Amino acid sequence: MSEPSASAGIDLHARQIRKFRMQDRIFHYSTQLFAFVVLASLVGILVSLTIEAWPSLKAFGPAFFWTNIWSVPDDQFGALAAIYGTIVTSVLALLFAVPVSFGIALFLTETCPVWLRRPLGTAIELLAGVPSIVYGIWGLFVFAPLFADYVQPPMQALLGDVPIIGGWFSGPPIGVGILTASIVLSMMVIPFIASVMRDVFETVPHVLKESAYGLGCTTWEVARNIVLPYTRVGVIGGIMLGLGRALGETMAVTFVIGNANRINGSLFAPGTSIAATLANEFGEADPGLHIASLFALGLVLFVISFVVLAISRWLISRSMGSEGL
Amino acid sequence: MQILNKLAQGALVAAMGLAFSVSALATDINGAGATFPYAVYAKWAEAYQKATGNKVNYQAIGSSGGVKQIKAKTVDFGGSDAPVPEADLDAAHLVQVPTVMGGVTIVMNVPGIASGKLKLDGVTAANIFRGAITKWNDPAIAKLNPSVALPDLAITVAHRSDGSGTTYAFTNYLAKQSADFMREVGAGNTGNWPSNAVGGKGNAGVAATVQKIKGTIGYVDIADAMKNSMNFVALKNKAGNYIVPNQDSVADAAAGANFKVKGMAPDLLDQSHKNAWPITSATYMLAYEKGSDAAKQKGVVEFFTWSLNNGQKMAEELGFVPLPAGVVKMVEAEMKNIK
Repeated sequence: MSEPSASAGIDLHARQIRKFRMQDRIFHYSTQLFAFVVLASLVGILVSLTIEAWPSLKAFGPAFFWTNIWSVPDDQFGALAAIYGTIVTSVLALLFAVPVSFGIALFLTETCPVWLRRPLGTAIELLAGVPSIVYGIWGLFVFAPLFADYVQPPMQALLGDVPIIGGWFSGPPIGVGILTASIVLSMMVIPFIASVMRDVFETVPHVLKESAYGLGCTTWEVARNIVLPYTRVGVIGGIMLGLGRALGETMAVTFVIGNANRINGSLFAPGTSIAATLANEFGEADPGLHIASLFALGLVLFVISFVVLAISRWLISRSMGSEGL
Repeated sequence: MQILNKLAQGALVAAMGLAFSVSALATDINGAGATFPYAVYAKWAEAYQKATGNKVNYQAIGSSGGVKQIKAKTVDFGGSDAPVPEADLDAAHLVQVPTVMGGVTIVMNVPGIASGKLKLDGVTAANIFRGAITKWNDPAIAKLNPSVALPDLAITVAHRSDGSGTTYAFTNYLAKQSADFMREVGAGNTGNWPSNAVGGKGNAGVAATVQKIKGTIGYVDIADAMKNSMNFVALKNKAGNYIVPNQDSVADAAAGANFKVKGMAPDLLDQSHKNAWPITSATYMLAYEKGSDAAKQKGVVEFFTWSLNNGQKMAEELGFVPLPAGVVKMVEAEMKNIK
């Protein structure tokens, strides 16, 4: 009596296990499929960009990447001016944004009164959600005129005669240009970097901080010697997130960078970025070399983003190694 | 993570909006092309739908986009500011007619100089826009304006950063005035602007640049210049008169032009009428000689016939200039070839 029922029970059990195994396998393969879709689209984008860019790469050769000419009427194209503008604005934006973001995050996690934390934190997240075109319009209509009237002339008076540095601030104070674009960009990336930094700063165990305070450390010493080393990986990640956003930012930069396809030593002078050039010229690009060169610019931006990602991975793995984690 | 969630939600809402906006009925007429006539085409389409119940969609994707789309047969009509050459029309079996005219005007922002008070001739304007004249008190400008107190201020040139029919008309005019301009900047949808130049996106972008930066000179179409109440420059025309642009001076430029050519695209620049505004241009509609869908072909002809006869006032209110009555008759005759 007990024999058959037991074997039926085992049978049932085995069937159930098979069913679970089947479910697991389906789950495994479907999630794998989703993951490979991402990989396939990444490769697809790279391949289609290369195919579309090929006529230009063939006509100008590798010199395309370091030639400083962008002339639609003459059908002569080189990417240097756009690459220069992209990198200079992004790096300057990070130079402005990282210290400010660090301060914001430190204030919010260390010294801010508790009742102010939530409203301030929410305000920063809201800033991150403002569409970039709004920053662009504000930059062109409000910031640039004020910058031209009240900031650029004193800066020129103060720094204009200093050797080397003076050249960065030469030229007529017109408000729009590389420096303005960098400042607007930095405002756009601050909320991203600051909120990531705040989140990772909150993960520092209280025991560590309390011990440091117990030893008589100041807030700065705690931040410098406890919080920062503990959260280094997250901080680098946040900065790279900001850099990624700055590199690809299009509309806001197009409004305030001045859209001039050339390199000028002065930060007050108008320039262009890869994303801004694409936004400006795709609509009316002539078939042939012009459109192929725009695709080639897109390819360059893709590669720059990839390199940034690779560097951040390397930095993260290096600092993880030094922590012995 | 919270940020990423918010971004994802926003993307979803945007995608849904897009999905709704692309649904269109099969009987609608679809056009695409130049951004310059977008305002008047949209106005005409709205009034035409009220009057006849037929719907016309026009997407402002840019002139070269419009020509590309009509050649690829993805739209029922295309719009272009730069006329398609006769040979191309024949090769692609297209009919081209003008629909409405406009003018490009030079605008400035010079402290102390009111609208219309600064006089320039074509050569001086070309020298300013190619970066050869870099100060407002340059002797060349002072010679034309003996009674104006010109400031010692650097000139900033504002131009369209996107490819545009406005740039096409403007650079073609300046290239006619100065061989140096033709060689250095060139004539076309975009130019090689000098080192004191700043690019703005769209007419609105150039208008904003000129209004916000002191010492700037730029070019926008008359409609946008009027809308933004900008400061005009008086430009010397072929007859030797200094003209402040308005709709009458654009219409006068068309009065002397000969539209009896294939493609109906006479050169309207620098016409010799005594009151003609020198930088006048027309925008063009392109359609197939023989379309695959007879109902749509008929729809295109009906829409433009209706608009040219009933839409003059709407065009004027938007700052455009309607075609002269004689030209409208010729356009109607030419549109008989759209079958």
